[in-house]
Amino acid sequence: MRVLMFGWEFPPHNSGGLGTACFGLTRALSSRKIDVLFILPKKVGVSADFMSILFADTRKVKFLEIETPLKPYVTSEGYIYERDKIISDIYGNTLMQEVRRYALRARDIAKKEHFDVIHAHDWLSFLAGVEAKKISGKPLILHMHATEFDRTGGQGVNQDVYKIERESMQYADGIIAVSNFTKQKIVEHYGIPEHKIEVVHNGIDECDYANIPDKLSDLKKAGQKIVLYAGRITIQKGPEYFIRAAKRVLDVNPNVLFLVAGSGDMERQMMLEAASLGISDHVVFVGFLRGDDLNAVYRAADLFVMPSVSEPFGITPLESIIAGAPVLISKQSGVSEVLTHALKTDFWDTEDMANKILGVVSHRSLWQTLWGNSREEVRKVTWDAASRKCIDYYEKVICESGATSETRYI
Amino acid sequence: MASICFYFQVHQPFRVKDYRVFDIGKDSEYFNDDSDRSINNKKILNKVAGKCYLPANAVMLELLNKHPEFKISFSFSGVFLDQLQEFNPETLESFKKLIDTGRVEVLEETYYHSLSFLYSPEEFRRQVKMHRDKIEELFGVTPTVFRNTELIYNNALAHEVEKMGYKGIIAEGADHVLGWKSPNFLYRPQGAQNLKLLLKNYRLSDDIAFRFSSKEWADFPLTAPKFAQWASQVNGNGHVINLFMDYETFGEHQWEDTGIFNFLRHLPEEIYKHPDNDFITPSEAIARYEPVSELDVHNYMSWADVERDLSAWLSNPMQHDAIQSIYKLEEDVLATNDDKLISDWRKLQTSDHFYYMCTKWFNDGDVHKYFNPYNTPYEAFIAYMNALQDLRLRIVGHPMHAKKIKVKELS
Repeated sequence: MRVLMFGWEFPPHNSGGLGTACFGLTRALSSRKIDVLFILPKKVGVSADFMSILFADTRKVKFLEIETPLKPYVTSEGYIYERDKIISDIYGNTLMQEVRRYALRARDIAKKEHFDVIHAHDWLSFLAGVEAKKISGKPLILHMHATEFDRTGGQGVNQDVYKIERESMQYADGIIAVSNFTKQKIVEHYGIPEHKIEVVHNGIDECDYANIPDKLSDLKKAGQKIVLYAGRITIQKGPEYFIRAAKRVLDVNPNVLFLVAGSGDMERQMMLEAASLGISDHVVFVGFLRGDDLNAVYRAADLFVMPSVSEPFGITPLESIIAGAPVLISKQSGVSEVLTHALKTDFWDTEDMANKILGVVSHRSLWQTLWGNSREEVRKVTWDAASRKCIDYYEKVICESGATSETRYI
Repeated sequence: MASICFYFQVHQPFRVKDYRVFDIGKDSEYFNDDSDRSINNKKILNKVAGKCYLPANAVMLELLNKHPEFKISFSFSGVFLDQLQEFNPETLESFKKLIDTGRVEVLEETYYHSLSFLYSPEEFRRQVKMHRDKIEELFGVTPTVFRNTELIYNNALAHEVEKMGYKGIIAEGADHVLGWKSPNFLYRPQGAQNLKLLLKNYRLSDDIAFRFSSKEWADFPLTAPKFAQWASQVNGNGHVINLFMDYETFGEHQWEDTGIFNFLRHLPEEIYKHPDNDFITPSEAIARYEPVSELDVHNYMSWADVERDLSAWLSNPMQHDAIQSIYKLEEDVLATNDDKLISDWRKLQTSDHFYYMCTKWFNDGDVHKYFNPYNTPYEAFIAYMNALQDLRLRIVGHPMHAKKIKVKELS
């Protein structure tokens, strides 16, 4: 089976979870002998060297790059600003034009290449997927890692983006949602029938988290407990709830340090918030971290908190558990569907959040039980499991599209 | 002769409310949740009374009136009886009516349905005494057979119970203890002189308690004639068939629409169709039969989960931490002589609190989830430890505590 796949970012040049997800999924698919042709826009491209190093043994995943100035990531306000700025056509070269250009190039590729199914990740690549389907007649699957409603926290949904999402989904043969949480959103906000949506939870590959350095051991030696926030500092991620919960925790136990790892348009606002609550000396903004640096803070943390307002999946809690910290996650997240052994809270309930944070930092036995069990649980949340569901879904969609052995790639 | 010995466990814990860290030092009512959640003790008790206790008691009374030789037995936890008195006196009266027939035996247990035998033999003896007094006060009878919380049992417990003057004790008929032996005879606990041991026939008990409404079960549907036939097969091969189960089986675990009450209603007449069969109570079984051999149970066993061990209450670090923390307070809390404080401390000893903290999700995961009123075991632990911290503050702040410290310093 050969899959024509459209994405927009890929490690190590990724700014968030989507690149990680595309990487994990394509690697797992290729190890199950699925031929993947992965298309990326140029600016976020990965060097051919990097690719051949990674996939030298199998060469199942090939990369093609298209020249576009697409910006890969999405921070709520910054994202809206940048998007609107470009869309408003002031600078001529608009994001929407680039999305369309990507789609036109996709047409050329789809004409030349042979494949059985098209798989496109998130809205920037949806039109490319749609064009590829028009040219080739092959079935199209759209993968929803996030909806416009998640990215904007429901405030200021861009109608053009929404329209691309909705019309593409209506046109597609099948949709993959990263969680039931996201599936519900797609049904409610986009009017897509449930039966057209397959849930495939993301996974994580432990081998990518071996040999985590012990960088922050001095900080730990001071005896302070460390509670971590790691993620973009944007409305979607709920950073203000983390700061408010921190205040309540410190009211009871001043021996706790709150680390905020990440950057985003609300960073300054969060610093001011911490200052006005009088807890600046207990809240450290460490900036955007990746790779070993991020893993080291996970490892140093006594608890990782993900207070997202709307999190389609949320891979960071899984990373945190593997690196060594148990997690407190908002119920408004997809990852809570695959984690039983996690503390869960409503993102707005900062009293409950503080109560649970204090539970973990006060009772070693809770930490041990929670982390020990979640560590076992995460072993089952693999990209291989996700890829198996994906392949089954490809087969189903290909079969329904009326493909015969003559029209199949292999 | 095969005698059916029914014993029903009747227990409801005082569940801890969503007691948050911010409540410590401000709120000393740990058990008064009044929300719609299933940690609202009053709500749960009244719900179960409506679905199980009252209708099941009505059927039992009907059967006792209809069959002059029909007999059953109950074990009530003290905390259950407390809740009946507080929330639902009508149900208490209906139990009294059953016991007044003289054919319903009441067993002894720890007042607080606790694991105290494992942590403090003195506290264990105090709670048994409290239970005895409560049963005498409410029902005018004195128990002679003992059953420990969740049928937790070993040789040492048998020795203690014998010393306390009981004639018999009840335990699980676990395979790993019985081996080829049958649960349908009486045994003598290893090292005991006169105490007799009755063992649960878990296959036949669970056919009613767990499998009754299971459509995947090959023997579904279970009817009274079918069950009576299975019971008769024990004839010539055993003395008693010990059917031990939660009373909530009738109407709560197995809902009325499964036909469980009709099953119960027709069971005695089907049992009596075989002239050699009858019903007896544990103390009658003890009077009638001699032990066939000694049974050596060195390690603790119980009736919980497939393991039949202590792991439902004591397998993860949280559970050990919580239970050790509560028993660590024993000396200090008793020294306060403060009834409310001591009673709260004891309510926190009820085994259910530790059961709710169990993270052994695997084979019995569904059962644990079904019986867990908290969203996760972690939330159960956090609420419990917060309440415990408040209790600690109350002890330390108590005038008697200061006095005790002073006396210690002087000596």
